[in-house]
Amino acid sequence: MEPTNTEAPEYFHKVVDCQWACPAHTPVPEYIRLIAQGRHADAYMVNWKSNVFPGILGRTCDRPCEPACRRGRVEDEPVAICRLKRVAADNKGDVKARMPAPAANKIGKKVACIGAGPASMTVARDLAPLGYHVVVYDADAKSGGMIRSQIPRFRLPESVIDEEMGFITDLGLEMRLGERIDSLGALLKEDYDAIFVGTGAPRGRDLDVPGRQEAAANIHIGIDWLSSVSFGHIDSIGKRVIVLGGGNTAMDCCRTSRRLGGEEVKVVVRSGFEEMKASPWEKEDAMHEGIPILNFLVPKAFTHEGGKLTGVVFEKVAPVFDDKGRRSLKPTGEPDQHIECDDVLVAIGQENSFPWIERDIGLSFDEWGMPVVDLITFQSTNEKVFFGGDAAFGPKNIIWAVAHGHDAAVSIDHYCRGTDVRLRPPPGVLVSSQKMGIHEWSYDNDISNDDRQIVPQLPTAVALADVKAEVELGFDAALALAETRRCLNCDVQTVFATPLCIECDACVDICPTDCITFTVNGEEDELRPRLKAPALNLTQDLYISGTLPTGRVLVKDEDVCLHCGLCAERCPTGAWDMQKFVIEMTHAGGAK
Amino acid sequence: MTYIVKPQFHHPSLSTNKLGFTRRDYEGRVSTLCAGCGHDSISAAIVQACFEIDLEPHRLAKLSGIGCSSKTPDYFLSASHGFNTVHGRMPSVLTGANLANRELIYLGVSGDGDSASIGLGQFAHAMRRGVNMAYIVENNGVYGLTKGQFSATADKGSKSKKGVVNSDSGIDLVALALQLGATFVGRSFSGDKEQLVPLIKAALTHKGAAFIDVLSPCVAFNNHKGSTKSFDWVREHNEAVNRLDVILGRAPVTASYEPGSLVEVAQHDGSVLLLRKVAQDYDATDRVKAMAYLQDRQAVGEIVTGLLYVDPDAEDLHDALNTVNRPLNALSDAELTPGSAALAKINAALR
Repeated sequence: MEPTNTEAPEYFHKVVDCQWACPAHTPVPEYIRLIAQGRHADAYMVNWKSNVFPGILGRTCDRPCEPACRRGRVEDEPVAICRLKRVAADNKGDVKARMPAPAANKIGKKVACIGAGPASMTVARDLAPLGYHVVVYDADAKSGGMIRSQIPRFRLPESVIDEEMGFITDLGLEMRLGERIDSLGALLKEDYDAIFVGTGAPRGRDLDVPGRQEAAANIHIGIDWLSSVSFGHIDSIGKRVIVLGGGNTAMDCCRTSRRLGGEEVKVVVRSGFEEMKASPWEKEDAMHEGIPILNFLVPKAFTHEGGKLTGVVFEKVAPVFDDKGRRSLKPTGEPDQHIECDDVLVAIGQENSFPWIERDIGLSFDEWGMPVVDLITFQSTNEKVFFGGDAAFGPKNIIWAVAHGHDAAVSIDHYCRGTDVRLRPPPGVLVSSQKMGIHEWSYDNDISNDDRQIVPQLPTAVALADVKAEVELGFDAALALAETRRCLNCDVQTVFATPLCIECDACVDICPTDCITFTVNGEEDELRPRLKAPALNLTQDLYISGTLPTGRVLVKDEDVCLHCGLCAERCPTGAWDMQKFVIEMTHAGGAK
Repeated sequence: MTYIVKPQFHHPSLSTNKLGFTRRDYEGRVSTLCAGCGHDSISAAIVQACFEIDLEPHRLAKLSGIGCSSKTPDYFLSASHGFNTVHGRMPSVLTGANLANRELIYLGVSGDGDSASIGLGQFAHAMRRGVNMAYIVENNGVYGLTKGQFSATADKGSKSKKGVVNSDSGIDLVALALQLGATFVGRSFSGDKEQLVPLIKAALTHKGAAFIDVLSPCVAFNNHKGSTKSFDWVREHNEAVNRLDVILGRAPVTASYEPGSLVEVAQHDGSVLLLRKVAQDYDATDRVKAMAYLQDRQAVGEIVTGLLYVDPDAEDLHDALNTVNRPLNALSDAELTPGSAALAKINAALR
């Protein structure tokens, strides 16, 4: 193999698994260290810069960082990254003074953001400080989009949304709330230099089976129902509730039902428990509140009597695998199951809906009715119109919407300035030694053996009594500190200097996870299995040195390196050094 | 020196031996030696060897004298017995321990100062008596703890870090061990675990006095140009006579070898030493030829390594003294105090 080029920013970035996995590339270990030092406001600002909604995401993020976390490969569970983010947000104090000021000088460009959800608000956050006149439209009376309408208050208090939306509106936006855009064509005729569409996936999928019309009064579309609860239009539900669907919306529906009078609430899912789309922790939370999840049942018909819903008939299915290992659900032939209920919530998916976009304004749609959007620039075929969030590529989650927003803002900025929309500013990268003394580092390299800390919760009885009572209480100071110490500081990289190595083997002997091998070079396939510990995780790179005096090379498998720095501590010549790798995505205009 | 405890997390694929232990279970405390010390590599080789021979840690006694090398038993096999003795006196204490409890496996760890200077007499007598032990000298040719004076194994003509040329002849512990009657003699290098680990395994399973001289560069005081114990010098002048594989419990030999290139040596405990010849005319079972070969090669500046001599049918001190088969602490009062009639019989025999 060729010696590793550590100058390329991707190499070390990939080693920071959490940051690499985060769509917005939040510098996770950096803010976790700040929390450990009690610098919550600093930790918050590191987050705010990259993911815009730390308080919201610290409660609701889909956390792609956690399955990626290296800690999860050396023990049972990853670091509770998401809940640590909440710690930063909860304890930050007043950070208003640290937010960017509204632009002193306007640059004379006007941008419309349609929808006041996470994608649009990120675009506004990035462009407003540059001097853009940003106008945000939303049909609802308050900003936040699905964050406010669909996420139940017991998971996300309204004050958190108000504060974080407020940081952005304070940048000098023109908020036109309660104003629905019914025609993109009409908006295009106004004096906007660019338009960003961040309208999400607002339509809940319906279930068209017999009885749907007759029992309509007690059959509700999940996201619409959640939104009505959110805005206080609905405050009760029947005693027996069936929630159809296995995603996070279904989990929110069933837990909300439990708080509005639902005593026997069941989630019924077509697939198996493992294949459900809901995050594992959301399933756990639902079951913790006494909600059973029934699997492999396909709804066949709604039963009703005198125009009133009486229950749902389900067909029993089982997974069948074909020759190619593809799974399909086949009826088992057992008798159908009838489950009685008073209300049904349908949470079987969300769809995009663009009835307000005319098809003759130069904006192409694909065969599935989705706008044709460039994967990098987020520009549609009408060069003035950009898409992001769920509106661009279908339903994802908040953190993806933020990432889209940042990228779309870069494109819009280029477009308005007449530069190449495809240009992406390179990330800011800094690599610096963390050596403080002979065996002292600027970070805590003494690896904690603690298990993942559990977030304290309200007692279930108290939680179920109030739909607005936040269930999770968040880590207290002691739990937060213990959890921060579980972070392996993967951004503090092991950096090897070939000319200094005397091949004494000290690093090989001390490495607790057998990451280091000195051997003759070879092709990657052949090299991986013959290392001191076979490097079988192909998603993790091998770090290869130049050829050493004995003709061998150093091969370091990045997979389960603890970043404990013992290789560098035991190296007599300083060939190993622990260097912090800071990578920051550059936002529109190089915005801070 | 490292202050933190080595993290207990290990690679997910780390294997276990017959006893269910991982290699990490054979480790000791974090070393306080200088970073890069060859001795730490030898400790790692001992850990690896004990793991591979499925050694029960409580069956091993590790004894040492004084010096950098003699500190190392703290850095491996935390669950074994240990005795850090007086300078140069490890062989006596070990001999006593061995006579008292012959059921333990004895590992003596010493250095060039401890064995070739203050303890030279002790070393000699442990070898000639055939004490059943593995005696490892971690040989760096320098007094590291007192900051770099030549030790007794430093070669004549080699240079100290300050540029002083050594005018004294160096003691070759391998030549001495052969001459004194050691029944297993090897030499290796801390930077070559492929060679060192099998040698330690063989030494631990050998019955009789097994001696291994391990060249172990002192990175702080003896790893410069002009030193003959530096990483570079040893790598350049290292001439292995053979490569060793240790097969435990008569496991079938699966690897294929060129005819005539392989020597099989069966040891008392059932283990088999497979010697792959590197130097074609070298016979590791002939003490006299081995001594002559070593002298020849040394004269041309080569450092001969490998399993240099083995007598698989060796006897040990217990055989010579005809001692009781059981450890002394396992003997009952009746056996230890046979009564006045037995005493009268002994007295009568001496009249």
